[in-house]
Amino acid sequence: MTNHWIDIKNSNVVIIMGGNAAEAHPVGFGWVTEAMQHNNAKLIVVDPRFNRSASLADHYAPIRSGTDIAFLLGVIRYLISTNQVNFDYVKAYTNASYLVRDDFDFHDGLFSGFDEAKGEYNKESWFYQLDEDGYAKVDETLEHPRCVWNLLKQHVERYDFATVTNITGTPIADYQVVCDAIASTHTKDRVATFMYALGWTHHSKGAQNIRSMAMIQLLLGNIGQLGGGVNALRGHANVQGSTDMGLLAQSLPGYLKLPNDKEPTLAAHLAANTPKPLRPGQTNYWQNYPKFYVSLLKAFWGEHATPENEFGYQWLPKWDQMYDFGKHLDMMYRGKVNGCIVQGVNAINSMPNRNKNIKALSNLKYLVVLDNLSSETATFWQNEPGFNEVDTASIQTEVFRLPATVFAEEEGSIVNSGRWMQWHYKGANPPGEAMSDSEIVSGLLLELRRLYREEGGKLPEPIEAINWNYTDPHNPSSIELTKELNGYDVATKRQISSFAELKADGSTASACWIYAGSWTEAGNQMARRDNHDPSGKGITPGWAFAWPLNRRVLYNRASCDVNGKPWDEHRKIVEWKDGKWEGIDVPDFNAKLNPQESAHPFIMQAEGVGRFFALKLLKEGPFPEHYEPVESPIGTNPLHPNVVHSPVLRWFEGVKDTIGTKEEYPYACTTYSLTEHFNFWTTHCRLAAIAMPETFVEMNEQLAAEKGIKNGDWVKVSSKRGHILTKALVTKRMRPLQVNGQTVHTLGIPRHGSHNALTRKAYSCNVLTTEMGDANTGVPEYKAFLVNVEKAEV
Amino acid sequence: MNRRQFFKLCAAGAATSAISALGLMSEKAYAAVREFKLIGAKETRNNCPYCSVGCGLLMYSQGSGGKNSEHAIFHIEGDADHPVNRGALCSKGAGLVDYVNSPHRLQYPEYRAPGSNKWERISWHDAFKRIARLMKDDRDANLIEKNADGVTVNRWLTTGMMTSSGMANESGLATQKFARALGLVAIDTIARN
Repeated sequence: MTNHWIDIKNSNVVIIMGGNAAEAHPVGFGWVTEAMQHNNAKLIVVDPRFNRSASLADHYAPIRSGTDIAFLLGVIRYLISTNQVNFDYVKAYTNASYLVRDDFDFHDGLFSGFDEAKGEYNKESWFYQLDEDGYAKVDETLEHPRCVWNLLKQHVERYDFATVTNITGTPIADYQVVCDAIASTHTKDRVATFMYALGWTHHSKGAQNIRSMAMIQLLLGNIGQLGGGVNALRGHANVQGSTDMGLLAQSLPGYLKLPNDKEPTLAAHLAANTPKPLRPGQTNYWQNYPKFYVSLLKAFWGEHATPENEFGYQWLPKWDQMYDFGKHLDMMYRGKVNGCIVQGVNAINSMPNRNKNIKALSNLKYLVVLDNLSSETATFWQNEPGFNEVDTASIQTEVFRLPATVFAEEEGSIVNSGRWMQWHYKGANPPGEAMSDSEIVSGLLLELRRLYREEGGKLPEPIEAINWNYTDPHNPSSIELTKELNGYDVATKRQISSFAELKADGSTASACWIYAGSWTEAGNQMARRDNHDPSGKGITPGWAFAWPLNRRVLYNRASCDVNGKPWDEHRKIVEWKDGKWEGIDVPDFNAKLNPQESAHPFIMQAEGVGRFFALKLLKEGPFPEHYEPVESPIGTNPLHPNVVHSPVLRWFEGVKDTIGTKEEYPYACTTYSLTEHFNFWTTHCRLAAIAMPETFVEMNEQLAAEKGIKNGDWVKVSSKRGHILTKALVTKRMRPLQVNGQTVHTLGIPRHGSHNALTRKAYSCNVLTTEMGDANTGVPEYKAFLVNVEKAEV
Repeated sequence: MNRRQFFKLCAAGAATSAISALGLMSEKAYAAVREFKLIGAKETRNNCPYCSVGCGLLMYSQGSGGKNSEHAIFHIEGDADHPVNRGALCSKGAGLVDYVNSPHRLQYPEYRAPGSNKWERISWHDAFKRIARLMKDDRDANLIEKNADGVTVNRWLTTGMMTSSGMANESGLATQKFARALGLVAIDTIARN
């Protein structure tokens, strides 16, 4: 979240789209009802299903799953064509006025530079026109035909109401209400927030879904404001922290990059990742990348990181392509992987296309599962008629199942959606011999180190050099680890209080620069418990610690105009007064600069402004475009039938054969969650499992009548990849939609079935889902795929 | 007055008024009012491990914490001081004690041999030894030190790691350092789905 949970109370319009906060984040949703009751806010819900959030909304608009981009680009067209835009904000704080290269183009579903053989773009033309100093050219009048503003207008021109509703199935009257509600916040005294979750990420173009919304927020001037922003409702309690920790195929902590093959030296890596400003006078905060990177290397390799050995850069592995878990499972399936360590993830049930996953794990030589619960992943080799039919004797995988602690049995910090790092304490010992994850990986590392010392072997240096000088190396304490995350002066071991203290010469160490300030010489800032809210705006600066530097609202320079005057007196975060900045939050800019010098609020961008035109950062293009889901219930793209789905998808060998057509599998299907369910954990928790024991497939009354299915009947739901047996839940919440001249029925399945359940055994919906996903992130398309359904005898 | 003293006082008050309400005070009390269940419990602050609203929790345990009297958590509720949840929890969070004490919690390291249909209990010592042996053999055989162009890449592709989004940042750092020191690149987190 750019903002945070309590801040939702400051909104005037709340749009829940791509999520269902009332169901999946019920306590956070309390701040939506707070806004409705005490700030006269309107709640708009857009979803394929009349869900729990919709039941509390002022207005609900149905949408066909997988058509959010068409919906949102239509909103952009409406805002521009009706002049409901915050033009002062757009001109000052976005790249609307920037000129784009003459060779950039879009035609019939494709941007310039498409390489059909490779299925990817040459992105050369997706950039600004530069002047002789290397700065982007701008036209502040917004009249130049090549400025972003005019290219955007031209790009969204096709998304008129008739076109949008023909694709999305949203009735025009509902669409008009949603457009008007969003547009009402273009004035300086009104702000909207968007709340989204997996309903936007679980698509073959998830990143572009979110981008489309962010563009609307820029048009309305809603980013950097109280009650505004771009607010991802993250799923797991510490998924934000895991992302901050860089536990991803191409990442290191603090959004630093794991090196790749094109960066043979540290100097090359730093040069490739340290941006030059694209406009004069920019903060361009990533110019500090070398300071953060060298400090990370110092934290990793300790005294072994020296200027002479590039601070241990060569010991980091380099990537040549993205080895996300989806890719690695495909490699396992092809017999190219020997070992896998799975930590606290029920991979068999979570990853799409379950039948393929079982075969993949069966090809492993060894599987190590760290978990606190008995998951199906550790027992994938057990034959379970109906649910998990395998030939146990033929599976040659050695499997280790290692018991881990739960939250209540350890201390440490987790990060909520609002970037709050909150410290928690241990309340009890774990059962039996369970250990924390850090203790388990320490045990493995120290045993490997012993083996390498004893026997030698390939490249023992990094195993020897990795800084594990903890008081008890077998069980590093959370306090030692978290102090390392914060960072310290190498010579004096003094804890730093800001990442501004970090240096690129090896004199400072910090394992995660964005966490600097969380544990300073003044102690543990994450454990602070002053819930006082002096401004009454929900900023509780003394509660926990919000990275970075305890900022509660990101980009808050954009809350006032170029002269430092708040757009709205009642929504003041920072203000230039009597020759200095004052306000209720930590400034997200260099507060030593005057308003004009600091009038580039998006300090992490090389041009300091929000981007309608995303340059080369996403694979599909610099503007979002509507593409159909990989499995489309209409089988065509009404905008450009030659380019039906995203042209840059990653197709593993043989996957095309696992994609169903609308002729074989005529119904769209989506997945979602219920309050009592948490992925595959709560099936092991008696109260939650009793409260919601049954899985089901939800369908509309018309389809049920056509198929002769009654509420509670057993049904078989099948996709090209497999089938499940479950019960039919016939409701009015799902409704047939008219799309491109046909009726589209959508089914919905909760993502929670488990055959190891404490209560009732059930199928997991990932038997049905496809591994095809977003080209940028690899997130699978769990929210839009094709199935068939028929009555079953059980 | 702290929270625990407040509960004690309330419980004592309830007991007194219940007895006086009977209108007669017997010499002997034949039935006592059940004490409020959190009296004498140890209170520990934590955060809900489910979604990322990050609700504050109060966990209550019994036991002195001594060798023969370990803390056991028997009740979890919302932390009323927490500015986001203000004491509230959803139906899932309100049942958290059943997660901590689930009969499906793993207790000991276990091993399944190739082709076998059962688990065998093993010691941590043996688990670390056997896993490290498998990892080292694979790493020594398959670590790619240089790519085709002669660039040092030091990547190990034949083993991968899927990491948790449930663990705390501190375990996350230990995991990150462990994995990169070995040369793992196939690292992911359930952040993707």
